[in-house]
Amino acid sequence: MSLLDGLQSLGHGTLSMLARMGRAGLFLGRLMPSLDMSLRRPGLVVRELYASGVLSFVIVAVSGLFVGMVLGLQGYITLSKFNAVNSLGVVVALSLVRELGPVLTALLFAGRAGSALTAEIGLMKSTEQLSAMEMMAVDPFRRIIGPRFLAAFIAVPLLTLIFDAVGVFGGYLVGVAMLGVDNGLFWSAMHGAVSFRADVLSGLLKSVVFGFVGAWIAVFNGYDAVPNASGVSRATTRTVVNASLAVLGLDFLLTAWLFS
Amino acid sequence: MNSSDNSSSQIDADQDPPLVQIEGLTFRRGQKVIFDGLDIDIPRGKVTAIMGPSGTGKTTLLKLIGAQLRPQAGRIRVDGVDIHRLGGRALYRMRRRMGMLFQSSALLTDLDVFENVAFPLRENTRLPGGVLRTLILMKLQAVGLRGARRLTSSELSGGMARRVALARAIALDPMMIMYDEPFTGLDPITLGAIVALIKRLNDGMGLTTVIVSHDVPETLGIADLVYVISQGKVVARGSPETLQQTDSPWVRQFMRGEADGPVPFHYPAPPYLEDLMGDAP
Ligand SMILES: Nc1ncnc2c1ncn2[C@@H]1O[C@H](COP(=O)(O)OP(=O)(O)OP(=O)(O)O)[C@@H](O)[C@H]1O
Ligand SMILES: [Mg+2]
Repeated sequence: MSLLDGLQSLGHGTLSMLARMGRAGLFLGRLMPSLDMSLRRPGLVVRELYASGVLSFVIVAVSGLFVGMVLGLQGYITLSKFNAVNSLGVVVALSLVRELGPVLTALLFAGRAGSALTAEIGLMKSTEQLSAMEMMAVDPFRRIIGPRFLAAFIAVPLLTLIFDAVGVFGGYLVGVAMLGVDNGLFWSAMHGAVSFRADVLSGLLKSVVFGFVGAWIAVFNGYDAVPNASGVSRATTRTVVNASLAVLGLDFLLTAWLFS
Repeated sequence: MNSSDNSSSQIDADQDPPLVQIEGLTFRRGQKVIFDGLDIDIPRGKVTAIMGPSGTGKTTLLKLIGAQLRPQAGRIRVDGVDIHRLGGRALYRMRRRMGMLFQSSALLTDLDVFENVAFPLRENTRLPGGVLRTLILMKLQAVGLRGARRLTSSELSGGMARRVALARAIALDPMMIMYDEPFTGLDPITLGAIVALIKRLNDGMGLTTVIVSHDVPETLGIADLVYVISQGKVVARGSPETLQQTDSPWVRQFMRGEADGPVPFHYPAPPYLEDLMGDAP
């Protein structure tokens, strides 16, 4: 009996997940053409970019600094065993640019701005603000959801660049300023070994993908929320969980594709 | 205009096709049948009241007229066109001509009072700033909230929010306004002013008005035509006078606010005693 119950709830869960993925696909199909208003009125996007991007700036910068410092320390300990501390700059920069920058920024963004985006849209739905807009002949997809999606999509790669830069600085602080790695070698080795196309652009491409998927998940979960308090709170959680899993899974696929 | 003109236009008005024609409307939510072959005509330029007990689907009906919900059968024609056949831009063009006051007010929470009323104008027109401001101040003056224009929507009481929503609903000067429970949560003075405003908008600007309400005296006071709906059907139709003199037990019960009668006060449920003794969740 309990086995059957378990199977039944498993089947039910799978079906509702598949149904949600279908709705997410349809949602995206409706979202894309409605971005025309965001392109015609960039002011709308800039406002949202401020809300989601600038507010995530602090957490991204602080995290980047710490991650860079940890990389500097760990790298130094390992490299000193092989008498290769002069390559510290390379290790820090490559780790950040290829992996940690895009992935951690996307995770932080999902937790900070993605969840807020879901809650905002979910609340607008549950208080009938989206309905009221439709009746005022304003398409909520074009006026509300589109600009928010676009802003989040743009914000992630920009924040990734900030994370990378601050992280490299953190590695420099620990490696050069504290542990005494040669300043000139730190930078010149980094300069020589990090390729703009293969490393920086690939990392940025990752963050573009993460930004797209994260923004899509956030606005979709808000729009798809059951319109009441517990529905919105569940949607918010779902945004963070789904976006994090999607980022980590996609990171593996993208790494396999870009760096092999 | 001389009197013969007047009388001929009067006849024309009566022969005009209704602004909203609802024919055989059937709408279900899951298993629950909300409308079952509903027929309603809403004449142009008049105040039509749609009344019925709570939970009969009055709000649902307005959402069907605004094409936010799709019926399973039947059709709704607004100004001659089947509104559920319209898509995209055509639907939005039509909605620009329909105002709607939401039962929950549904103000935009990140905007203040002024910007809430300005929202439909800013989004749908290209009025220069000065004209826009004048227009909005006029709408706010009409609902008595010109002085409250810089309050945010969280600083408003329920009744004030209702009035802001009303100002917003008339901002685009629509051909028809649908009011969902416009009288609830208003103090007597505001109530009188709002009733008068609705009447004035209707008569002065030639609007078509649909009022959904269960406040019997206020609604009957300004309605030209009243529909009473219950359990998915129209149970009575007529002028307020004829309805008050009706001998239909349904309508009498509703008009006098009696709990016992053919219109059930209770949501469908198993017998009370059985339920109390049983263990159903
Ligand atoms: N989103 C929904 N999902 C499922 N059922 C709903 C939903 N919204 C409303 N209903 C059901 O539809 C019926 C009609 O609801 P509606 O809100 O139209 O009633 P109403 O006549 O406006 O009532 P009131 O006078 O209390 O506002 C109710 O029985 C309600 O249970
Ligand atoms: Mg209602």
